[in-house]
Amino acid sequence: MAHLIAEVVYRGIFQKNLAARITRGIVLSARKAGRWGIAFGRYGDSPQRNGVPAKDFAIVADTKEELEQHMARYQPKELHVTICVDDTLCKGVESWAWYGLQPINRLLLPNGHLLVTSTQSADELLKDAHKKNTPYSLWILPGKASLAGLWVYKEDHTEVRVLGALAKIAPQILSLQAVAEAIREADWGSDLKVESARKAYERVEGRAVKITEGNPETPYSFEMPKWWEMREGVTIPSLPIGKPIEGGKGYRPERSTVFKKFSTRTMRPVIDFDTCVKCTLCWLQCPDSCFDVTPEGLYDANMESCCGCGICEAVCPVGNCITMVNEAAFDNNASQWDMWRKDKDAYKVWLGAKITDKVHVARSHGFRYRGQYEQELASGELELGGAALASGIPGENADQKGLKPSAHEDKSSSIVTGVAEAPGG
Amino acid sequence: MTVATQAAPAAAQEQEMLISGSEAIAEALTLADIDVVTAYPIRPYDTVMQAIAKKIANGQLVAEYIVAEGEHSQFEIVKHASTVGARVFCGSSGVGWAYAMECLVVTPALRVPLVAMVGNRALDDPGAFGVEHNDALFVRDLGWLLCWIDSSQEALDTTLIAYRVAEDRRIFLPIAISADGAFLTHSQAITKVPSKSLVEKFLPPYNRGDLQLHPDNPITVAPQVNEDWVIEIRRQNNAATERAYTVIEEAYADFRRVFGRGPENPWFEEYMTEDAEVILMGMGTLSLPVKVAIRKMREEGKKVGLIRLRWFRPFPYEQLAEALRKAKAIGVIDRDYSFGSPFGSGVVATEVRAALYNAEHRPPLIGFICGLGGREVTLEDVYKTTEICYSAAKAGKTERATYWLGVRE
Repeated sequence: MAHLIAEVVYRGIFQKNLAARITRGIVLSARKAGRWGIAFGRYGDSPQRNGVPAKDFAIVADTKEELEQHMARYQPKELHVTICVDDTLCKGVESWAWYGLQPINRLLLPNGHLLVTSTQSADELLKDAHKKNTPYSLWILPGKASLAGLWVYKEDHTEVRVLGALAKIAPQILSLQAVAEAIREADWGSDLKVESARKAYERVEGRAVKITEGNPETPYSFEMPKWWEMREGVTIPSLPIGKPIEGGKGYRPERSTVFKKFSTRTMRPVIDFDTCVKCTLCWLQCPDSCFDVTPEGLYDANMESCCGCGICEAVCPVGNCITMVNEAAFDNNASQWDMWRKDKDAYKVWLGAKITDKVHVARSHGFRYRGQYEQELASGELELGGAALASGIPGENADQKGLKPSAHEDKSSSIVTGVAEAPGG
Repeated sequence: MTVATQAAPAAAQEQEMLISGSEAIAEALTLADIDVVTAYPIRPYDTVMQAIAKKIANGQLVAEYIVAEGEHSQFEIVKHASTVGARVFCGSSGVGWAYAMECLVVTPALRVPLVAMVGNRALDDPGAFGVEHNDALFVRDLGWLLCWIDSSQEALDTTLIAYRVAEDRRIFLPIAISADGAFLTHSQAITKVPSKSLVEKFLPPYNRGDLQLHPDNPITVAPQVNEDWVIEIRRQNNAATERAYTVIEEAYADFRRVFGRGPENPWFEEYMTEDAEVILMGMGTLSLPVKVAIRKMREEGKKVGLIRLRWFRPFPYEQLAEALRKAKAIGVIDRDYSFGSPFGSGVVATEVRAALYNAEHRPPLIGFICGLGGREVTLEDVYKTTEICYSAAKAGKTERATYWLGVRE
């Protein structure tokens, strides 16, 4: 009797098809050894929305009866493997429903496995992933977050690389040979993809995580009210209007205390307060009322409520005032304005490091112009999801910023240092 | 049947008018001083909308009268008006009511105390406007409180009671008052119309409290929710519906106290049931031929009685089980159909059968489908139901559970 329960934590739209391919791949690979399985998505999620964290699941078992015993309709209670296909989700998962923030490793069984596709080190990821009261293993498959899963699937081999890595993690259920066979039979399979899976099998590396390791923060939670505690008439309090701060010189809008949105974020705005011309455009255009007005008339993006849409950067008329930077470059949601106010020189150094860090800036949270994805793939290693994008998102002020779409072309070969990988060499 | 609990000072404060059921409702709406009414014509409901328009045109009622572009908008508009604190009225018939279905479904969930009139009408096709109860019964499972009226007087009284019940903070649910097309909507009878000051003693102003949409009470109504919330919302609706048993009893008792008239039993009218061996049942205006037939059969020594259901939701199952305790056979006449139902019975027969399942005494129950599409329920039909019920009473069982009556065959 053996069974395996795995989840894929992914980002809405960008990775929807990717997650479905991985969970289907798990079931079809396990089937090669005569096992039974199901693959399904969490119905309460909203994977049609950009970047919103969502989950797919795969459950496989030796017999149909054993499978039924472990089947769940919405979400399994515990898992052997969590697969995280965007390392910024290690900061936690807030579903579209109001569950509070779930640690990425929340559902893992003792000695379970967390597999992350990432260019970060284990130590860096453990600054994000919350502490867990049982030990588990953290596996890293080198690669950046795949953006392959839009409505039309673009191949970057992430799905087969994850399946190859799983064969290393759970060989008793998924042999590498079975994975290879399933990939070859898939209508999206190829010999090249089998090769990518084998390389991933070799390349994935794991290490034990102790109960003392991890982000010590307690993730915010939300207690579900009883039926008789809820206001009747499908009625909830609206957000009140905001309050003046700093003796009336500044202003802070009220924000939801139960739905924070920031786990949707893959990039965050980094603000150079010294170049800000106080035009108010970021504050006006932000769809989530993220910006506090500071006493100086500057605008401080609140990182608890920012979903990282990038509109502020796009509308900012100043060249280097707002820069979207990969969320992976940050370990907390602290106020940038507070940092700037306390030590302007230190802030300048911090800011410079963030916006010039090519590894971390190299991120897109969607495609801003036609052909961007092809451009990325063409300029980097296919199995790692292509190469870096230059910083900046072209918006209505792209011209002033020198950010025409063509300016995004990046000739560097890979964001990952080290030996080039298959395919092709 | 009408028993005043105290001497009626009310009589002097009521005047008699010769009005139809629809006009009686319009009188009640004027007395209740409604704020917003929406309209879209469909027969037979249109009679009430015309009567209200007349009231407003005559300056007797000050209210927003909005002619919508269809029933969907008609019901949507009043739903929203009610959430900001307006007392609202609306109505429709047959397929018009069906066209509003999307709004009808959410009205109980949003706890909107809308009072609506359903002029019962057959569902097209074929194009027809005679009475059938299937239109109002669409919403029987959704949290709407449903009642059927039988006379102009009951139309007026029930409308006042409906606002009192719907707007009770313990309830906040919509109520549909069903009136049989033609028999009630298009015939006028002598009706007592109370004074406004008397009505004010009975019907307090609508107070939506913390559910009212207002800048001083910033709330969001009907956000998107998922599986973690819906069953709790349904549970709340169920609790409100259960409270309706108490609130309706209170409202009728208070009605009797203020107006010095009105039924003791809100749930159903009992006619000659005390010693009845056979009890016939039904809703709405078919009570008239049934009562006439009962009087004739009584002359022949047949102990027959009638229970005319007023309230269908909440369904008075306990009260009915008690009232039917001594019957030797029960005949339920349905002016509706429920194709493929248990025993092929109509909706009311199926409900009564279910209500008696746990009863100690379960007499034979026979369902009769009769009077569909507005066809008259004749004395002969009633004699036949009684005859069938008597043979079932004698045998102690039913040969057939359901009969169709008055069909050409």
